[in-house]
Amino acid sequence: MNEIATERTATGQQLGEEIIICRDVHKWFGDFHVLNGITASVRKAEVVVVFGPSGSGKSTFIRTINRLEEHQKGQIIVDGIEMTNDIRNIEAIRRETGMVFQQFNLFPHLTVIDNIALAPIWVRKKTRKEAELLALELLERVGIPEQARKYPGQLSGGQQQRVAIARALAMQPRVMLFDEPTSALDPEMIKEVLDVMRELARSGMTMIVVTHEMAFAREVADRMLFFDAGQIVEQGTPEQIFEHPQHDRTKLFLSQIL
Amino acid sequence: MSSTELSAPHLKQPRTVAEPIAWLRRNLFSSWFNSLLTLVLLWLIASLLLRVLDWLFTQATWTPVVANIRLFWIGRYPPDQLWRVQLCLGLVLGLFGVSAGIWGGIVRAVATGLMGLMVLLIIPPFDAGMRLYFAGLALLIAAMYFGGLRSGRSLRWPVTGLWIASPLIVLVLIRGFSGSATLPPVETNLWGGLMLTLLLAVVGILASFPLGILLALGRRSRLPVVKAFCVAYIEIIRGVPLISVLFMAMIMLPLFLPPTVRVDTIVRVMVAITLFSAAYLAENVRGGLQAVPNGQIEAARALGLNIFQSTLLIVLPQALRAVIPAIVGQFISLFKDTSLVFIVGMIDLLGIADAIIHQQAWLTVTGGVQREVLLFTAFIYWTFCFTMARVARSIETRLGVGTR
Repeated sequence: MNEIATERTATGQQLGEEIIICRDVHKWFGDFHVLNGITASVRKAEVVVVFGPSGSGKSTFIRTINRLEEHQKGQIIVDGIEMTNDIRNIEAIRRETGMVFQQFNLFPHLTVIDNIALAPIWVRKKTRKEAELLALELLERVGIPEQARKYPGQLSGGQQQRVAIARALAMQPRVMLFDEPTSALDPEMIKEVLDVMRELARSGMTMIVVTHEMAFAREVADRMLFFDAGQIVEQGTPEQIFEHPQHDRTKLFLSQIL
Repeated sequence: MSSTELSAPHLKQPRTVAEPIAWLRRNLFSSWFNSLLTLVLLWLIASLLLRVLDWLFTQATWTPVVANIRLFWIGRYPPDQLWRVQLCLGLVLGLFGVSAGIWGGIVRAVATGLMGLMVLLIIPPFDAGMRLYFAGLALLIAAMYFGGLRSGRSLRWPVTGLWIASPLIVLVLIRGFSGSATLPPVETNLWGGLMLTLLLAVVGILASFPLGILLALGRRSRLPVVKAFCVAYIEIIRGVPLISVLFMAMIMLPLFLPPTVRVDTIVRVMVAITLFSAAYLAENVRGGLQAVPNGQIEAARALGLNIFQSTLLIVLPQALRAVIPAIVGQFISLFKDTSLVFIVGMIDLLGIADAIIHQQAWLTVTGGVQREVLLFTAFIYWTFCFTMARVARSIETRLGVGTR
């Protein structure tokens, strides 16, 4: 794993210590062995892109990191906290990890600003005023401060996904998980979301991104993990993956999507 | 509309004076047979309407209603204590008015509905004083509304406090306590009429709402004991008619309780109605819970909200909004179902109507007076149910803002 570790990320950030550690993680959906011994780690400020055919377990993998899916064997450690069945551990990890979903999952009954301010108020115990200031700041950062008082249903898909990113950032997480963030978007809206993610990577955020956007991966990723049949078949820098893939399955998959 | 009109939205749809006539011709007089049919039906409707109006205004004997209006209102509650009930009504309606001014939104929809209700209640043949009272209540709501609007947020906590205290205030005012000269006690068996109907309905609605939500959540619980209890409760209650639950509360319960413990009849009936209504409400709420996508819960969890927060802040608001029509429908039927307490011997609005029909004074009236009395009773039920339905619609519209 460390053969690829230059001490700087693709966007020029200083790499830190390992913040996510997975050791031999297994998960079954009934008889289906969806994660078959995943061992991987992510260092601070690193951007890791996870890719692979559908059903390969890549979404399930990042969902085990904040326990939206339970792993049945192995060890997951996030920011020094081991994931156990203890709800306090799980909630501690969730506070440190932000997640962005394919379907945005904004709360339709709350305005944009309330969507973002909700968790800081209830989980971080900020005052409403502080939380709203923070929300406005983040909306500025994702480029849509003028939408603060609207409801999610009044925004375009790209805008909704940017609000979702702002909502996750509002908890000031140490790690951001992106589960196919652009897959539900119309083509002309993909760029605005990727731009926000690029900016986030440059600011030194640790990110795990499940995506099919290979141009984005090539530009921003420090490391790419190729998933197939519940295993990490191959990993390496974007250059290694795109120019010199080692495994036939990687080659085949890349030839199909590029 | 044709597609050409849709593609040119800046052009207003042409609307000519002749359009109603064209509509008539197209829909009612398209052939000689249709014309004949239209005329015959028109004549039927007109003659029916005329006869109804004629009966309403010339033949019907409204004296039993007018003479007994106080009975309709409060049953056998002491007439000289009527002011206590009126004060309660004024207090609650005033609270609604001022809250509408402070908070707006849903509360304003409710207050507007209540104002409409007061106006509706002016219509029937009450005496002048009664009409003045309802008009005064309507004005009170409006005045309190503007008061609340002007004072703004400074009144929030006092008003919230009053709301919390209001059930107790109402209870003390209506029940009174022994030894008091101004508020002599009035036994619950004297409570009756619309007052009793309203008390049963309001308590039933307020108490069954949280209970129903808890049952619905419990039914979806992962804990097998909680789930089994909720399922069993809901299915047993839903399999039994309300009237039998009422009979059980009235007749069976005292058999199981030690003879020293005596629970007031009205409390037993309230509990029965609440328990009954909660089971139905739970099923409605469950429907709403199922309508909330799993992604909403995942998003809430991923943000670090715990299970109570995500249920209270994310799931329930969406679930309840989805089932407002069903819940209001159920509250309307609960309001009407309170009339079943008449069968277990309580003199609610319907009970009063029955008593008035059988008063000695009207035995000489040819044909009896049940038509007038029952029509009036129906009208009262209708005004309340209509108000609930209207308020629900306007709440739905308000909550619909910005949803997909």
